[in-house]
Amino acid sequence: MKERIDKVRKSLTVVAHLLRKEFLQIFRNKGMLPIMFVMPFIQLIILANAATFDVPEVPFHLQDFDRTALSDRLVKRFTSTGYFKMTGESFRQGNAIGVLTGNRADMVLTIPKDFEQEMMTTGHAQVQLLIDAEDGFTAGVIQGYANDIVTAFNRDLPELLPQLAGTQIVQPVIDIQSRGWYNPELVYIDYMVPGVLVVLVTLIGLFLSGMNVVREKEIGTIDQINVTPIRRWQFITGKLLPFWIIALGELTVGLIIARAIFHVPMLGHYYVIYLVAAIYLLVVLGMGLLISTVTESQQQAMFIAWFFIVIFVLLSGLFTPIQSMPHWAQNLTLANPVRHFVDIMRRVMLKGSNLGDIAKPFGILGLEAVVMLALAVNRYRKTSE
Amino acid sequence: MAEAVIQTEKLTRKFGSFTAVDEISFSVASGEIFGFLGANGAGKTTAMKMLTGLLAPTSGEATVAGFDVYRETESIRRNIGYMSQRFSLYDDLTPRENIRFFGGIYGLGSSELREKGERLLDSLDLQESADTRLAALPLGWKQKLAFSVALLHEPKLIFLDEPTGGVDPVTRRRFWDMIYDATDRGVTVFVTTHYMDEAEYCDRVSIMVDGRIAALDTPAMLKKQFAAETMNEVFIQLARPAKRGEG
Ligand SMILES: Nc1ncnc2c1ncn2[C@@H]1O[C@H](COP(=O)(O)OP(=O)(O)OP(=O)(O)O)[C@@H](O)[C@H]1O
Ligand SMILES: [Mg+2]
Repeated sequence: MKERIDKVRKSLTVVAHLLRKEFLQIFRNKGMLPIMFVMPFIQLIILANAATFDVPEVPFHLQDFDRTALSDRLVKRFTSTGYFKMTGESFRQGNAIGVLTGNRADMVLTIPKDFEQEMMTTGHAQVQLLIDAEDGFTAGVIQGYANDIVTAFNRDLPELLPQLAGTQIVQPVIDIQSRGWYNPELVYIDYMVPGVLVVLVTLIGLFLSGMNVVREKEIGTIDQINVTPIRRWQFITGKLLPFWIIALGELTVGLIIARAIFHVPMLGHYYVIYLVAAIYLLVVLGMGLLISTVTESQQQAMFIAWFFIVIFVLLSGLFTPIQSMPHWAQNLTLANPVRHFVDIMRRVMLKGSNLGDIAKPFGILGLEAVVMLALAVNRYRKTSE
Repeated sequence: MAEAVIQTEKLTRKFGSFTAVDEISFSVASGEIFGFLGANGAGKTTAMKMLTGLLAPTSGEATVAGFDVYRETESIRRNIGYMSQRFSLYDDLTPRENIRFFGGIYGLGSSELREKGERLLDSLDLQESADTRLAALPLGWKQKLAFSVALLHEPKLIFLDEPTGGVDPVTRRRFWDMIYDATDRGVTVFVTTHYMDEAEYCDRVSIMVDGRIAALDTPAMLKKQFAAETMNEVFIQLARPAKRGEG
């Protein structure tokens, strides 16, 4: 028994030596440090702030079936902000989609008949926003503007309708043509940041691990390692663990920035996010290692890593809602780990989903982690064929 | 002759249809300095990689330290040291860190590592530069350090692939003093080189031409056999018909 413990300890010491060496090298690599610690956060801030790029004067179409003082007030709110410009009005049901598809407006605001009546009697009413989501980005911004306006309107309701008791609210139901959004009350930035965080972690993980082993091949030191009695699992653990730790560190900083700078809500639990991230990173790092073992130069590795990142991000639902993709692409996204992690991040942060709610995408990630690591371990050979 | 530490029989390695190493058979005795000569591209590195378990042979047999190169590569690894042709230590680590890392992955304990490391730095006169990154050290020092690091785990057999490439004769001579010190401790040395003066330092030399062993004997016998004054003349006579290489 004591012997066995001794053996395990010795084994782990070897891994510790590898870890130590990797960290020393990482922190001495002048080219790598900025990639790891500066770029991600600049990216985060730029990408997420894309939301504040103004989308000037959104043309909108009005369908006011109520035509009361209250509905008029709401419409005025839209036209007086400078964000929206009314380009047409109609009173025929079902006209809305035609307006959108005909590109005559980017949004249709529909106020149902009895809007005011409903509000007076139940303290509760609905309006419908139909947003052209062809361009997911613009749609997000429009949605953000519209939400702000409706929220402000809600706040002012007691003044507008003094005959109502204080607590009445308008419940806006925002109906977007592409139903890709979980959280209708969401502003664009809340929606983007969790996804951008996933991309950051993925970039870091895939690039660092993808370049690492192939770098040793380039320098020639890999032979010197392969000729030692080091075991495959020790080598792979020693190579992946540093980047796993670094990526989780980046995620942490990212989450802090999301909270402190972007005020993105966190309705779920952090432990869920870390648990998923821990598994997700195994997929990404395993993949990086796999790339590293099948390439001969850092350039090749970088090229392949980029290729996958681009595909993964395009098919992740980050910028383009998955529902608006062609059918074949939708099916492809099911195999995309980025898609699942983006999905989980949004659900946990914005909807407060717990582990049970995300069991399916989490399960897929777990499966992918096992496959990826098995492939990577299998492809890494101390003796080349 | 003492027992064979390396024994090969028609050992062959092909890359596609190209035969890099072509049915080489030889044996290396315990305690010997065995010189492995050949022009560029003759197949020296390829042969050495098969013997060290880095490259799978295509056909033929070989045992190293009594272990089979196909099935027992892990046992071979535990029993040999290796200094690859390309520089084998980490340039972005210091001598002390390199010693610690390589000693560590060979399983040396921390007190042993510290003790051996200090002794090594002393003997190489490297204490002053022990915490300077290797990149800043002269090549000759780096080679000596790499050699010592390859011996940290006290293997009985060491493979050196052009260990002295690119340094001046004086530095090379010092390196060979270290090789002799190692053989005094009973280490068998398998070394490739381009320098014919170094061939004279070996107990026996094999000369490889286009993947085959063209001659194998002691330097004295080879010179006699080819009626040559120096190993250089022997080498030129043998290598002239070679098809590979820069010529
Ligand atoms: N992985 C490989 N794939 C294809 N050909 C290879 C490979 N490795 C080596 N070769 C070829 O095999 C031949 C022998 O190469 P090797 O490196 O063993 O020569 P060498 O004797 O060590 O030469 P040098 O003195 O230049 O180090 C060369 O022609 C080389 O191009
Ligand atoms: Mg060579």
